[in-house]
Amino acid sequence: MTEMLIPLLTAAVQSGTPILFATLGEMFTERAGILNLGVEGMMIVGAFAGFFVSLSTGNPWLGVLAAGIAASAFSALHGLVCLSFLGNQVVSGLALTILGVGLADFLGSPYIGKQAPGFYAFDLPLLSSLPFVGDIFFKHDALVYLSYVAPLAFWLFWHRTRTGLALTAAGEYPPAALAAGLNPVRLRWIGIMAGGFLVGIGGAYLSLAYTHLWTNGMTAGRGWIAVALVIFAFWRPGRAVFGAYLFGGVMAFQLRLQASGTQVPSSFLLMLPYGLTIAALLFSALRGRGGSSSAAPAALGVNIEPEQ
Amino acid sequence: MFGFIVIKRQEPPKWGSFLIFPAALALSLGASCLLLAIQGKPALDGLTILYQGAFGAGYAVVDTLLKTVPIFLCSLGVAVAFRMQVWNIGAEGQFALGAIGATWAALTFPALPAWLLLPLMFTSAAVLGGIWAMIPAWLKLKLSINEIITTLMLNYIGILILDYLVYGPWKDPSSFGFPMTKEFPAAAIVPAFEGSRLHWGMILCLVCALLLWVFLTKTRLGYELKASGESLRASRYARMPYGFLVLLVMGLCGALAGWAGLMETSAVVGRLQPSLMVGYGYTAIVVAWLAQLNPGKIALASFFLAALRVGVENLQLELGVPAAFGGIIEGLILLSVLAGQFFNYYRFKRPSA
Repeated sequence: MTEMLIPLLTAAVQSGTPILFATLGEMFTERAGILNLGVEGMMIVGAFAGFFVSLSTGNPWLGVLAAGIAASAFSALHGLVCLSFLGNQVVSGLALTILGVGLADFLGSPYIGKQAPGFYAFDLPLLSSLPFVGDIFFKHDALVYLSYVAPLAFWLFWHRTRTGLALTAAGEYPPAALAAGLNPVRLRWIGIMAGGFLVGIGGAYLSLAYTHLWTNGMTAGRGWIAVALVIFAFWRPGRAVFGAYLFGGVMAFQLRLQASGTQVPSSFLLMLPYGLTIAALLFSALRGRGGSSSAAPAALGVNIEPEQ
Repeated sequence: MFGFIVIKRQEPPKWGSFLIFPAALALSLGASCLLLAIQGKPALDGLTILYQGAFGAGYAVVDTLLKTVPIFLCSLGVAVAFRMQVWNIGAEGQFALGAIGATWAALTFPALPAWLLLPLMFTSAAVLGGIWAMIPAWLKLKLSINEIITTLMLNYIGILILDYLVYGPWKDPSSFGFPMTKEFPAAAIVPAFEGSRLHWGMILCLVCALLLWVFLTKTRLGYELKASGESLRASRYARMPYGFLVLLVMGLCGALAGWAGLMETSAVVGRLQPSLMVGYGYTAIVVAWLAQLNPGKIALASFFLAALRVGVENLQLELGVPAAFGGIIEGLILLSVLAGQFFNYYRFKRPSA
């Protein structure tokens, strides 16, 4: 039993990692009060930027940096439309996804099938020799280890720093932030840019660690799953970890089942992550009746109107 | 911003829609040219090729009109939902289910005469597309589950169901392994106009738009629908049937998108195959927003975006630009129109000292 379970859980952690980064990124932006549905587009722009820079410099870390910066700059378009021009946040996010998927497809088409230097698994000393846990969590690549620290850093930032508090105000009640002498628009810009950076790292994970190749449409809905997971996680980073690994597990399971030559048609297996997304929302709606809506930042998706 | 203060306008200026749209278009095409130039392709020639592809010859215009039909049908429904602030992103999946419904009827009753088979196909396409859209509506109403995500996930699932059918139970045994169904019997083909590739779907579009316009402006329910979109709270006070309206609107969306799927399957391709799914459902969102959710303007905007698609196909042929280029232009137009609408609602004023 464990012979089958351990590789599956190991794969769950790996395929959950890009979703975890993207979920944390969207959570960051949403907690500052901005709804950004462009995650799918930002993620794939990050995946391409990471791939391109890693391929041309030979340094995957520079690739990750570039992915973060590219996705962040790309989400600045959302900031421009929603924060500067007070456009509709839902539609702007959709536009960002349409644009990002097109852009990555367009720029990436000469690179299809090319291989870039990426991240490879190595055993963490001591930790990897732990029974069971060592095999599942500590025989991965550097970005996975980074993803263990990220939710903790996220939590500390929001609850233990002054900026975190100010960002919470921008997401819950911008007039209060304004009254406290803060600039809620500037704070939301921070939310958009920093969130974009995290989403970009998630994208880079896909092209630099999950596969080392460029293929079109490699995000395959993971960005949208991340948007759903933010709701599933009630905007809390700890629960995001759980959600991401759950999805990673289902994706890994689905791949393994396909490889084993099962009788179940592959279309049905491919449906699993999308069906599970709906199930996850169903679950959080049933569990958090009355609570799930209040878990959302109060001013989420509401633009800050200029003063009269 | 830059020493000016922003003031809310009492009402949108008259020049708004005349100026904002062309400016947004110029901006998007400019940025797209830049992208072509980056890839070492002739940018200005690219624009000419794009234009010629869309309007250059008679058959190009026919192509554009053919592509207008599915975009128009999907967009009509999406726009009505958006009016109610119901964010249906699922036209793509509803399109797939409509195509499946139509195909089911065509393959199950191949011997029926056209006057029976076609109505049956229209019914099954509308029912399947409608149900696909009412699932997220029901989840939204009963459990307040976000419809943006459920409609989107149902897109992926709908396309995979289509894949399953054409790779599996509905695969034509004589297709040399290609994923496609048998060709439809002649009675299951939506007829074309004499001596043209244009089919009767054009007429369907016009009828649907007209009926929808009458519904929205002349009936009590249509009025309530508009009112619920403008102010949910006020409509609740007035005891308008919000839940019923959401289900109705989503069902309508699904049926219209389903008919779009039927048209493409029956009139254009003549069989069900995965290549039918080219993202008309997503383009419909762009169209609905460009047209400010107005049925008349949707006709214009869907023709325009269909022309863009045909133009990009020409670009693909002549310059080897990937089809994704169309998505780039669509995304850019949508973003710049969204930003440009700012000037409809606000104006700048120098602060009076």
